[in-house]
Amino acid sequence: MDFILHVPVIGLLLQFIGYLVGVMTTNGSLIITLSTPIALGALCGFMNERSGVVNIGIEGMMLFAAFVGWYVAALVNGGAPTSPGPLGITFPLLVGLLAAIVAGVAVSALHAWLSITVRANQIISGTIINIEALAITGYLNLLISQNPIPSAGNFQSFHVPQGVASVPVLGWLLTTFLGHGPITLTMLVLVIVLQILLFRSRWGLRTRAAGEHPRAAETLGIDVIRLRYRNVLLGGVLAGLAGAWFTLEYIGTFQGGMTNGRGFIALAALIFGRWTPIGAFGAALVFGIADALGQAVSFNPPSGDLGAVLSGVPEQVFSALPYLVTIIVLAGVVGRSIPPAADGQPYEREAKAT
Amino acid sequence: MNLRRARDAAIIPGLAIVLALVFGSLIVIFSSPLIFGLDLTLPLVAYKALVEGSFGSFGAVISTIVNAAPLILAGLAVGVAFKAGLFNIGAQGQFLTGGLAAAAVGAWLAHAPGPVAIPLALVAAILVGSVYGAIPGFLKAYTGAHEVVTTIMLNYIALYIVAYVVTGPLRAVGATFARTPDVGNASLPILVGGNGHLGVLFAFVAIPLAWWLLYRSTIGFEIRTVGAGPDAARYAGMRPRLLIVVTMAFCGGLAGLAGAGEILGLTGFMPAGYSTNVGFDGITVALLGQAHPIGIMFAGILLGAMRAGAPLMQIEAGVPAQMVDVLQGAILFFLTAEILVRYLFRIRAKSAKVAELQTVASSYGGQATPTQ
Repeated sequence: MDFILHVPVIGLLLQFIGYLVGVMTTNGSLIITLSTPIALGALCGFMNERSGVVNIGIEGMMLFAAFVGWYVAALVNGGAPTSPGPLGITFPLLVGLLAAIVAGVAVSALHAWLSITVRANQIISGTIINIEALAITGYLNLLISQNPIPSAGNFQSFHVPQGVASVPVLGWLLTTFLGHGPITLTMLVLVIVLQILLFRSRWGLRTRAAGEHPRAAETLGIDVIRLRYRNVLLGGVLAGLAGAWFTLEYIGTFQGGMTNGRGFIALAALIFGRWTPIGAFGAALVFGIADALGQAVSFNPPSGDLGAVLSGVPEQVFSALPYLVTIIVLAGVVGRSIPPAADGQPYEREAKAT
Repeated sequence: MNLRRARDAAIIPGLAIVLALVFGSLIVIFSSPLIFGLDLTLPLVAYKALVEGSFGSFGAVISTIVNAAPLILAGLAVGVAFKAGLFNIGAQGQFLTGGLAAAAVGAWLAHAPGPVAIPLALVAAILVGSVYGAIPGFLKAYTGAHEVVTTIMLNYIALYIVAYVVTGPLRAVGATFARTPDVGNASLPILVGGNGHLGVLFAFVAIPLAWWLLYRSTIGFEIRTVGAGPDAARYAGMRPRLLIVVTMAFCGGLAGLAGAGEILGLTGFMPAGYSTNVGFDGITVALLGQAHPIGIMFAGILLGAMRAGAPLMQIEAGVPAQMVDVLQGAILFFLTAEILVRYLFRIRAKSAKVAELQTVASSYGGQATPTQ
C-alpha cells in the first residue's frame, strides 16, 4: 500500500476523471445497455408510486418474468434452428417476450391485490414477492436443469450502417443510442413517452392526484382504487420487459438470482431521479456507468500511475460499486428527494352515509 | 386467559402454514413432469420424508434444533427491529460479516486455549455484526435513507467483502479451495449428538433475553414507543434517532452471533462461496412468529425442521431442497393475505391484528425520518 502515498493525488484524480470520461464515451452503448433493467424497473416503480403504491417487489417481478420469458421461448423454440429477422427477432423470442410481460403483470396483480384491496403493508407484500420469486424460479430452474433444454437465443443489437457510424459526433450518438436490441430501444421510447404523459395528459394528472392526495382526487370523481390497480398492472408490463431483457436480450439464458439486486437499484434510481421518468433514466445511467467501470477496468485497464493504483484495488470493490452508489444516493448526498405524499398508504373509501 | 390469547395468536399462522403446504403440493405435482412424469402422490411422499428427516429420530431432532438456532437468532434480529418500526432485511449481511469476523479471530487464535479463543471470536462476531447493523440504522435516523433498500445493498456488499477477504488476505495456505484457515481451538464444543454444538444454546438464551429487553426493560419500552410513533416518543423525551441506531446495532449483533455459531460450531472455517439463506429466513421466522420472542422460537423450530428434513425429502422423493424456500414464501403470502385465510376457513375477523407489523414504515424517502 506504500506506493499509493508517493503518487501525487491530484494528478491521479485528473487521470481517473480522464479515464472515466474515456469509459463513458467509448462504452456509451454498453452503459445504456446495462442501465436498461434499472431504467425499466424504475419506470415500473414510477407507475406504482406516482399513484401511491410502494413497490419493493420489482426485483422479484423482474426475476420471475426473466425466468418465464426464457422458459417459454425455449419451449416454443424446441431446439429447432430458426432464421432470425431484423434485430434477431424470432417467433419463439416474441412469444417469450409476451410470456415475460404476462408474468410481470400476474405478479403485479398479486401486489396490487395485497396492497390495494387487502391493504396489507406494502413493503411486506413486496418482500414476499422477492422471496417467493427467488424460491420458485430457483426451484423450477433446478428441475429443468436435470433435463436441460436449449435456449431460444436472444435479440440482437441494431447495427448502424458503417457509413453513418463513421460520421463524427452524429455517428457516435446514433451508435450509442440506437445500437441496441428491441427491449432497450423500447425503454428509450418509454422514458420519453411516460415523461410527456405524466405532465401533459389526463392520465398523468389523475395519477399524480391519486399519489399526492387520493381523497381529494376521489372527491373530483376519480376512481382511486381502479386507477391504482391499472397503474400497478401497467407497471407489471414494464417489470416484465425488464425481466425479459436479462434472458431474451442481454444474456440469453437463465441463472438463479440473475437480477442481482437490479430491482432495488431501480428504486434508488427512482428516488435519485425524483420520481420522474427522465430523472430515473438519468439516474439509471449513473448506475450503468458504475457497472461499466468495473468491466472496463478488468478488460481494458488504464496505463501509467492510474493503472498501477487501480490494479491494486481488489476487483470486488468494482463489483460492489453499484450497490455502494445506491447507498450514497439514498443517504441524500445528492440532495433530498420528496416522494409522492400518499406513497405507501392504502386508500380506504369513506363509508357511505346510510 | 393466557392460553386463549396464545391460541388466538397462533391460529392464523397455523392456517397459513396449512395453506402453504397445499400450495407447495400443487407446485410439486405440476412440476413433477419435469423429472419423472406426473405423480399425484409425490407431495405426500415428500412431506412424509420432510417430517421423518426432522423429527423421525434422535439425530433428526438434534439436526432440527441445530438448524433452528441460527434461524431463531436471525428471526430475533428482524423481529426486535420490527418493534422499533424498522424492517431489517439486512440480517443476511450482518450474519455474513459476523461469521467472517468469527472465522478471522478464530483462525488467529486457533492455537490459543479454547476458553480464551471462543469468547473472543464470539465477541468479534457480535461487534462486527452490530456495526454492520448500525450503519443502516444510522443512515435511516440521520439521512432518511430507507433501511429496506440500504440493508439489501449492504447484503450484496457483504458478499463481496467475504469474497475479497477469503480469497485475499485470509486465504488458508495449501487449501484446495479458497477458504479461511481452521478455527482450531476456537471451535464450539459439541454437547449432544453429532453436531449439537454450544452455539445452539445462545439462541435459546437470546429468546428470554430479547423478551425481557422488549417487555421488561426501559429501553425496550422506548423501542416499542418509537415503533408506535417516533414523534410521540420524542415528545415523551425519548431520542428516536439514537434508539433506531441502538436497536439496529442490537439486531446486527444477534445476526452476527448467528453467523459465529455456524462458523465456529459447524463448518470450522469460512469458504469463499459461503452460501446461506439464514438472513432471509429470519424474515419469515419473524413474521410467522408475529415479532414476539416466543412466537419466533416456535417459528424458528418449524423452519429449522424444514431445513433439517429437506435433504431426506430430496433423497426419498426427488423433490429439491429448494422446495423449502417455496414453502416459506407461501407461508409469508398467506400470513399477509390474512383476509384470504379468514375467508377460506370462515374465521370471523377479530382485533387480533399483528399490530407491530403495521408500524413498519410503509413508505421510504424523506418523510419516514423522525424529525429531531
